[in-house]
Amino acid sequence: MKLVYFAWVRERIGRPGEELDLPDDLVTVADLIGWLSERGDEYAHAFKRPEVIRTALDKRHAPHDAPLAGATEVAFFPPMTGG
Amino acid sequence: MDVRVQSDPIDVGAETARFSAGRTDVGAVVTFTGLCRDEGGRLTALHIEHYPGMAEDEITRVADEARERFSVVDVTVVHRFGRIRPGETIVFVATASAHRGDAFAAAGFMMDYLKTRAPFWKKEEGADGAWVAASDRDEGAAARWSEEL
Repeated sequence: MKLVYFAWVRERIGRPGEELDLPDDLVTVADLIGWLSERGDEYAHAFKRPEVIRTALDKRHAPHDAPLAGATEVAFFPPMTGG
Repeated sequence: MDVRVQSDPIDVGAETARFSAGRTDVGAVVTFTGLCRDEGGRLTALHIEHYPGMAEDEITRVADEARERFSVVDVTVVHRFGRIRPGETIVFVATASAHRGDAFAAAGFMMDYLKTRAPFWKKEEGADGAWVAASDRDEGAAARWSEEL
């Protein structure tokens, strides 16, 4: 799975993205956030308050309970501040 | 419809002229220009990060929704990324319609939705530059369009 990070999520994890093999038992975006949070301090820091993290599946906004199945790219970022 | 995400400066005069040029079918063109503020002289520049691909897609979805909800003939959105100094344009929105009501409403709708849905993030320049926090006011501004239905 391709994961991409933006803004302070990217800064805290220390990279703009990565390719990771995910365990089969990860069903939803929330499952993935929980799994990532245990990969190291940088991930734990980035996902410390999961409720503020926004996600997109294949470049479309998706809620945390969205299924990962079928997605090729998952993005994590803070609330947007464009415009 | 024209949606662009670019690092180059936005020439508001040229964009406005181009948007209106040759039109005989519209009676109203509304343009909105979003500028970088200096926050009372404190800010030297903003760095705007975006999600390439999704930024264009999401703006296009917002513009499509505006065209479904309001009688607008055409829409242009240009949004910048990269380093932007106070006084420079961050975003330009133009809407065209037969009558002014739809053009005003569509421009307001698009700005409110862009603020909360388009994947851009602002960071203040400087050693201790902070990411700009999302504002509840922007969420409220976007929410009013669903209440008005």
